[in-house]
Amino acid sequence: MDYYLTTPISPEKLKEIKIGDIVYVTGTIVTARDEAHLKALELHKEGKKPPVDFEGIGLFHCGPVMKKNENDEWTVVAAGPTTSARMEIFQDEFIKTFHPGIIIGKGGMGERTTKACQEEACIYGYFTGGAALLAADRIKKVKDVFWLEELGMPECLWVYEVENFGPLTVTIDTHGGNLTDESKKKIEENKKKILQEL
Amino acid sequence: MKNIAQVIEDTAAQLLKIAATKLPTEVKETLVDSEEKTVGVLGRSQLQAINENVRIAELSSKPMCQDTGLVSFFVKIGDKFPLRSEVKTALIKATKKATSDVPLRPNAVDMFKGNTKNNVGLRGYVPWFYFDLAEGDSLEIIALPKGGGSSNVGKMKMVPPGKGIKGVKEFVVEALAAAGPLACPPYTVGVGVGGGEDMCMNLAKKALLRPLFVYHEDETIADLEKELLHTLNKLEIGAMGLGEGPSILDVHMEFAARHPASLPVGVVISCWALRHAGATIDNEGNVNWHIH
Repeated sequence: MDYYLTTPISPEKLKEIKIGDIVYVTGTIVTARDEAHLKALELHKEGKKPPVDFEGIGLFHCGPVMKKNENDEWTVVAAGPTTSARMEIFQDEFIKTFHPGIIIGKGGMGERTTKACQEEACIYGYFTGGAALLAADRIKKVKDVFWLEELGMPECLWVYEVENFGPLTVTIDTHGGNLTDESKKKIEENKKKILQEL
Repeated sequence: MKNIAQVIEDTAAQLLKIAATKLPTEVKETLVDSEEKTVGVLGRSQLQAINENVRIAELSSKPMCQDTGLVSFFVKIGDKFPLRSEVKTALIKATKKATSDVPLRPNAVDMFKGNTKNNVGLRGYVPWFYFDLAEGDSLEIIALPKGGGSSNVGKMKMVPPGKGIKGVKEFVVEALAAAGPLACPPYTVGVGVGGGEDMCMNLAKKALLRPLFVYHEDETIADLEKELLHTLNKLEIGAMGLGEGPSILDVHMEFAARHPASLPVGVVISCWALRHAGATIDNEGNVNWHIH
């Protein structure tokens, strides 16, 4: 089933969605990779707030290529998803702390994230890896940027206004489902069979 | 007389642009073909997105993926080509130039001082060069930018020599199963066997440069490549790891002699965006672009 979601996405809406569904997001998404996750969580521990309110919005695992235009405004050149598995070690803490509505990335995520998605009502949307120009096409405006000097272009927080950002295949839902885990289990079984037959 | 250092710089910068924005024809055609052959909706929609993205990249001359890779060059210098160390200088300049002109994402990160912002490392080594000497008077340059996601699933193992070729196959299967959905399949796989612990990885990377479906000139190795292609697709990783569509587009292998006590095997995996581009420059500075 296809869903068209607007941020902030309510937990009720998120609970309707199941693995294998396709979603499109309109509203705000923010890029964050390894460094940005760590920094946001550190700030929280110090009792400070990060510059963006993540609640109900899209958290995009992405290190984009950006360029300033002739009016000195940032524009998106390419912005596809990065491998989400790297964020597995702190994604659950991030979800519990900041309550994003949808994590957008590629490659899928593991058990810890799946558990946090179930407990906190969050989903994971799989964007086609490397499809950076399709993604750029759906980004309508660069609203803001934070931590650019400190973390550099790929690692900082880019705040985007998006329209029908997708298609995103839901591979983790709020019910404990994890589509890429199922796929990985199948790969593992196939591997055993192949090794026996070699 | 042309300024040959300048020709090298401009040519290499252009090669980085071609590699980032335009897939080699046979890779592009194979991906389109895969979309048509894939039945399942999940796999087909992923391949459709890939192909649409490739089309936009080529039409708009923009990088097809935001990860424009860590830059490396395979360079063959002819005996009578007029420049030597200046080739290296020109290629470093080309990398900086392409970073701002294409643009490429700044991907060279110093462990202590952070991102260098121009894809050139502060301590040498990046871009990385594979230099070779050849007869003749020309210079061959192949640019190979490689994304981090697919490099992260590369693997190397010192297989016990007693396990022989079966041990090699087992390790390749294990490496691809471990990569699973992580690195943007369908993959192209380079396997290097023999040499030392470093050489097998170099050979594996070099194997990626051979065009798809062009197999090794040694028939025994060619048969092994085809067998592994068939075997690895039985993993059913599928497009983007969702279990539908092709897992592996092709497998290429290179073999070096090994130490009697060692059987090093390197596996280098490319995401669907198998990016490289080459050109040959003669001693007068005329550029011959390789078929892309």
